[in-house]
Amino acid sequence: MIRIERRLTESRWLVAAVPAGSLVAAAILSGLILLVTGHDPVATWSRLLDRGFFAPGAMSATLVTATPLLLTGLAAAAAFRMQTWNIGAEGQLYLGAVGASGIGIALRDQSPFLVIPAMILAGIVTGAAWAAIPGVLRAYTRTNEIITSLMLNYVAGLLMSYLIFDSHSYWRDLSTFTARVFPQGKYLPDAASWPNFPLGGIAIPLGFVLGMIAAAVLWVIYTATRFGFEARVIGDSRAAAHYAGIRTRRKIVAVMALSGALAGIGGASEIGDFRHVLDPRGLQQASFGYAGIVVAALARLNPFAVIVVAILLGGLSNAGFSLQGATFPAGLVGTLQGLILFCALAGELLVHYRIRFARRAGAAPPAPVPARAEIA
Amino acid sequence: MINNTILVVIAASAISYGTPLLFAALGELLAERSGVLNLGVEGMMLIGAVSGFWAVQTVGGPGWVVLLAAVVVAALAAAATSLIHAVLTISLRASQIVSGLALTIFAGASGLSSYIGHVASLGGKPARHEFDAINVLGLQDTPVIGPILFHQNALTYVSWVLVVLTLLYLYRTRPGLHLRAVGESPATADAMGVNVTAYRYVHVMIGGALAGIGGAFFSLAITPGWLDGMTSGAGWIAIALVIFAFWRPELALVGAYLFGAFSSLAFTLQARQVHLPPEVFASLPYLMTVIVLVLVSTGWARQRLGAPASLGVPYVREER
Repeated sequence: MIRIERRLTESRWLVAAVPAGSLVAAAILSGLILLVTGHDPVATWSRLLDRGFFAPGAMSATLVTATPLLLTGLAAAAAFRMQTWNIGAEGQLYLGAVGASGIGIALRDQSPFLVIPAMILAGIVTGAAWAAIPGVLRAYTRTNEIITSLMLNYVAGLLMSYLIFDSHSYWRDLSTFTARVFPQGKYLPDAASWPNFPLGGIAIPLGFVLGMIAAAVLWVIYTATRFGFEARVIGDSRAAAHYAGIRTRRKIVAVMALSGALAGIGGASEIGDFRHVLDPRGLQQASFGYAGIVVAALARLNPFAVIVVAILLGGLSNAGFSLQGATFPAGLVGTLQGLILFCALAGELLVHYRIRFARRAGAAPPAPVPARAEIA
Repeated sequence: MINNTILVVIAASAISYGTPLLFAALGELLAERSGVLNLGVEGMMLIGAVSGFWAVQTVGGPGWVVLLAAVVVAALAAAATSLIHAVLTISLRASQIVSGLALTIFAGASGLSSYIGHVASLGGKPARHEFDAINVLGLQDTPVIGPILFHQNALTYVSWVLVVLTLLYLYRTRPGLHLRAVGESPATADAMGVNVTAYRYVHVMIGGALAGIGGAFFSLAITPGWLDGMTSGAGWIAIALVIFAFWRPELALVGAYLFGAFSSLAFTLQARQVHLPPEVFASLPYLMTVIVLVLVSTGWARQRLGAPASLGVPYVREER
């Protein structure tokens, strides 16, 4: 007989062991999928790890991929803490990229000290505004934010495509004949390229530094401010929060905007740190917003854990992009992310419950009767 | 000829575009009626689309046998995918929201469905067989209703039968009554002797199977072939549809064709050289989903008529 009992307190060491175990279990499961489809799992995995973390320059490239994951992961963590399900980090990141690239192009002849903060601010504002739409709908019309924020991802993607492929918009390069036939965005001036900070041979992008600062700020907000406390109360019980006099509607909009602002910084960093042009196809293929959900869940919504998880998953994504081809089929990275999340969810049971393998009645020593069951 | 007028064309193709939504929404409706929210519909539809297309390219025999086999394969593959969600949420008590999202990431546009498509190199190949519109009783040329009602493909007619069967099942059979009891109050159902766990497992998997058939409708009927992420959000629209339909099958039918009309409007107007950016048309179904959802969430609909009371809540006998 297997009995599942609720733990009174979370097991400390399991909180760390479960995510780590999930990664290992997901690696084994994905190995099975590789084996069934005729690929060598050990070779694939060692190439994945090599390209992601150990090859020369791999770590720098991984941090570039980890940056948007860190910010969308924080975006998801910020919203999920309040049980507000912002699935729209994807679209909010696109909008952040649109805003930041627009400002970067507009401030063509200015100094980097003006351009870069302006880009960050633009990313924050556009991302927050896009997220505020499902936030307002949730707060004031009780519309399910999961579906509205997700639908807006598609709209945001189409908006980017429109700006580059189907209009003569401000973002599109129309200066040459080739650019008019094969649509592409305007490249940003050098002053809009974000700096990176070398540390022991690894280049840390500015976006990643911003992400680490954001993680610390988020941690402070949720542990040491009234705002964070009220948001957590709303997450636990919206009715209780309401009776306690917390302005739940405003808070929902504020948390959604905060979440969107974080994703928006991710979009700005994609432009400033990496692409230097509004690239609708590249951004849509990367699907950083959805991966951010995986990051946040695996980090159990802890902002500092988000940093670590973002680097781990960033390495896998980075290796996935660079290895993509006949021997390394597309789709493997998403499959792997899904498997990691499944394992983490299954492991969550161990954190909250204790599994007892009890012997059949009769052979078993007289077990104490669980009091809860009696009362119920 | 009246049958070429724009309204008739839009109505006829609205039914075609609405059919996959109807299949997926009926499936999600049954799962949610048992109390399990499955946000993995998009992923399951893509698994259905890719495995159905794979079967059509692989299985030999006369056209109708191959297509039947493809639908069965799609349904089974997607049901197997939904089993992951069932185990995690029903047996392991995981969060239904996170597990459903995980399912969509796992199976979705850059996940397993894309992987299968690449490994079996299905992309860019023409379908060996596809579902063609049938001229039912020779009535396809009847003015107005001919192209709308009597010139659809076999799966559309199956979906109509399915709506009737679902209605009968929910409101006229004992298992249907039990299902509703499980969704409303699992503790009561349990006390009545209904196996809550079994009901939930079965209906989540039926939901998966129907989502798979809906997905196969994309790869075998709407745009025969395989493309990463080809359902482009239809699974999410189907979830919205269930809310819009107040968890009732007959309203799901109406809603599916309404949303089908938004998709068909986009394609029809574009084909008729209406000069607007293609993105405006393409975003129509998504924007309308948001607008319709807002409308049903406010005012008289506030009562959330029909939402199963225990939707999203895991049932643990010891903790009731």
